[in-house]
Amino acid sequence: MGQGQSNKTSIMMDNLACMRSNRLIYQHISLQISARDIVWVKGRNGSGKSTLLRQIASLLPILAGQLEVLGDIGLTDEKLTFDTNLPLEKALRFWTDLDDNSLSKLDDAMQLFDLVMLSTIPIRLLSTGQRKRANLARIFASEAAIYLLDEPYNGLDQDNIKAVDKAMGLHQKTGGITIIASHIKPAIKIDHILDLDREYGHKHKNGGPS
Amino acid sequence: MSKPLYPLIEREVRNAWSGGNLWMPIIFFISIAILFPFAVGPDAKILAITGGGVLWIAALLASLLPMERLILPDRENGFLDQLIVRGYSDELIAIAKIIGHWFAFGPPLIIASLFAAALIGQGDDRMGLIILGLAIGTPALAGLGVTVSALTAGLSGASAIGGLLLVPIAIPILIFGAASLSPEPGSALQLLAAASLAVTIVSPFAAGAALRALRE
Repeated sequence: MGQGQSNKTSIMMDNLACMRSNRLIYQHISLQISARDIVWVKGRNGSGKSTLLRQIASLLPILAGQLEVLGDIGLTDEKLTFDTNLPLEKALRFWTDLDDNSLSKLDDAMQLFDLVMLSTIPIRLLSTGQRKRANLARIFASEAAIYLLDEPYNGLDQDNIKAVDKAMGLHQKTGGITIIASHIKPAIKIDHILDLDREYGHKHKNGGPS
Repeated sequence: MSKPLYPLIEREVRNAWSGGNLWMPIIFFISIAILFPFAVGPDAKILAITGGGVLWIAALLASLLPMERLILPDRENGFLDQLIVRGYSDELIAIAKIIGHWFAFGPPLIIASLFAAALIGQGDDRMGLIILGLAIGTPALAGLGVTVSALTAGLSGASAIGGLLLVPIAIPILIFGAASLSPEPGSALQLLAAASLAVTIVSPFAAGAALRALRE
């Protein structure tokens, strides 16, 4: 895992489709994502953005089409993923220790999202925005090659939105892939756009990979 | 890459402790042992005959108490998702849950049984049997508890349904466990071990399948 293999990092989707409870969410999604790509999955509420991310993360079965993921995955969505009675830093350490990740990366992520002052505060006392930042720090402290960010801007102020973009840029420099599902256009340069509203995941190139 | 189990087990035990859930089964267990002699009268002979069975019923019901917090909170706060994303199998998660659940209620229950046994007129000579029986039987109760929690997570009235599901499967454990304390135990202890082994081995797979079904 980690940066060493990042050149091999890639995601291949070929005619991918998803059905849940007998309802077709999307179909015909084909996209080749390679190292250093940033992908924006856009669409209205309920268009299947989160579902697509969960499918890439192998949390949902694949009913039609093909999906090949090379590289470790880090996922953040609206779920808390922390034990609420633990202090913030210990809660974050649970995951970095489990992944055997370096502490310096956690320190950087905590500084980036301005969490150092909160490190001894139990999660249950944190505000919604602070919890969101903790969740983002968890993902950006991870050495996973593929980051799946589901609505990372929700509940964040301008400074922290910039911090997300900055962290995505750093991840890109180390050769990682970022897929961001958001109804807001990210301010950072996007390599691919997947518009789930327009053509059930027909691909649109915008700029091309760097 | 190997998937470490120890941090997950440690977390289960820590959450049981910090939530105050560690004491609940024990207090429940001892309360029954206190109440029982008042209900049937202090006759030592009757207590000696029936006490073992009551101890086992109390152990079974005590293992049901933490059921609601075993799976549902982890499903809702995304812990299960995060482990799957990291490549843990559902069965491995279930094994960690079962071992953690056992550590959180098994040993405390065995210690509590020493007090409870004295309260319901079980002689010193049977302490060894009680400890041995509970040590053999509680892993199966832990496995059943996790399986039933996974099956009922997210249903309304989960604990009531869970109780209904668990009780029939737990009956063999109860029969042989209580029989091992009867005046003529026969090979009840061996049968208890066999029943417990079967349930304990099957439960990670059953719980794993239930966890997989929870995702969709």
